Amino acid sequence: MKIGRGTKTATSLLLASALLSFVPVVACADEILVAAAASLADVLKDIGKNYQSTHNKILLTLGPSNFLARQIFEGAPPDMFFSADLAQMDFLETNRRLEPGTRKNLLSNQLVIVVPAYSNLAIASPKDLLKPDVKKIALADPAAVPVGVYTSRYLATEGLWGKLKSKIVPVLDVRATLASVESANVEAGFVYKTDAAISNKVKVVYEVPLDNGPKIIYPIAIVRDSKKKDTARDFMNFLLSPAGKAIFKKFGFVILD
Amino acid sequence: MIFSLETWQITIFSLAVGMASTIVILPFGVALAWLFARKEWPFKSVVETIVLLPLVMPPVSTGLILLKIFGRRGPLGAWLYERGVEIVFNWKGVLIAMSVMSFPLLVRSVRTSFAEVSLRLEQIAATLGASPLKIFFVVTLPLAYKGIVAGALLAFSRALGEFGATILLAGNIPGRTQTLSLAIFNFVQTGKDAEAFTLLGITVFLAFTFVWFSEWLLRAGKKA
Repeated sequence: MKIGRGTKTATSLLLASALLSFVPVVACADEILVAAAASLADVLKDIGKNYQSTHNKILLTLGPSNFLARQIFEGAPPDMFFSADLAQMDFLETNRRLEPGTRKNLLSNQLVIVVPAYSNLAIASPKDLLKPDVKKIALADPAAVPVGVYTSRYLATEGLWGKLKSKIVPVLDVRATLASVESANVEAGFVYKTDAAISNKVKVVYEVPLDNGPKIIYPIAIVRDSKKKDTARDFMNFLLSPAGKAIFKKFGFVILD
Repeated sequence: MIFSLETWQITIFSLAVGMASTIVILPFGVALAWLFARKEWPFKSVVETIVLLPLVMPPVSTGLILLKIFGRRGPLGAWLYERGVEIVFNWKGVLIAMSVMSFPLLVRSVRTSFAEVSLRLEQIAATLGASPLKIFFVVTLPLAYKGIVAGALLAFSRALGEFGATILLAGNIPGRTQTLSLAIFNFVQTGKDAEAFTLLGITVFLAFTFVWFSEWLLRAGKKA
């Protein structure tokens, strides 16, 4: 009995390690790990592919920006941090986890109003949201999530926040906003332009002009503990190059200079 | 349905690490469950409660505690890092997160199955001169065998569904630490519903199979 179990365990362990070896292990030195906000997943995968063809390999770890910042704070190994939120970058900077002088405000985004694709409500500006036909507006939690914070600030400057507040349904994040608009459980929602672009079940009815809108910033920086700062710098230069910028533009991002 | 290479890779990785985590916790879980079921010792109820905590605590907070312990700046993480072992952001992190989160389920099920083994049989074995170790391996373990396998299957299923602790301790690196649950999260975040539903289907299928089999074993164990 005892022997039987032991053999079984050994066999299973062998099997497990055999299966684990399926996972591609690339041991080359020119490989960096970029911690990035989940909303940047697609564009960074594309950029990673382009960068890889000429240079090094980019690995991504994706999650909410506050998780990523927390992990880097505790000494997790990413070489770079690409946040959707200034607050998280500030948190790491004040705690001296960033390589001095490498922080850059790279991207911006645009707020848009989306409605279900087959909606026949006439909404052409934020003021139209005041109409009684518009009963519910989905928005990522305006108390915590960047897109919600940005939107509430914008609506406040337009003098609409107080009047629209009772219609706002706070949801988890941008994805949840999109899902509730797609399913027509709400009449409208506020999301980023780049998020609206990935759904064909919603249509953009209004783009908040960049000049009147809130300043949405995606900062990037190299982590101080990184052992591959040169490669990280090289990747940063690629992001800032015309080729890198073109890819960001293709996905609907706005480049900050 | 034909799955993409990525889908296979994610599924096999999840199964492999889930399996490895169950194998790692099995001896500890069985030993602890036996101590819970058969022995009285000081602060037993406190230890029992601590072991159960990951079952009821938000997984993200368990993940944060693990990150604090195993991070490069954590007490254990720093010690391991000096010796060239890094837990955070690789498959070892996934393994630890899965192990910690599924351990309570294993201990609970195995404990119950030990408690159901008749004390009289153990006492008879003792009067026949069997040593405690021999009694455990010849009487208790074979009688509780089905409950242990059922517990292991349940723990394994829990490991497969792990999300909160894994994303904090191991990150979410496609091809490296991305499990089924993490990949579903990514696909949902990037609006790839079709891919998310494929993985969801695989998850439901696996979870159903293992939980069903585990329940079946428990019923069969009761009859025996």
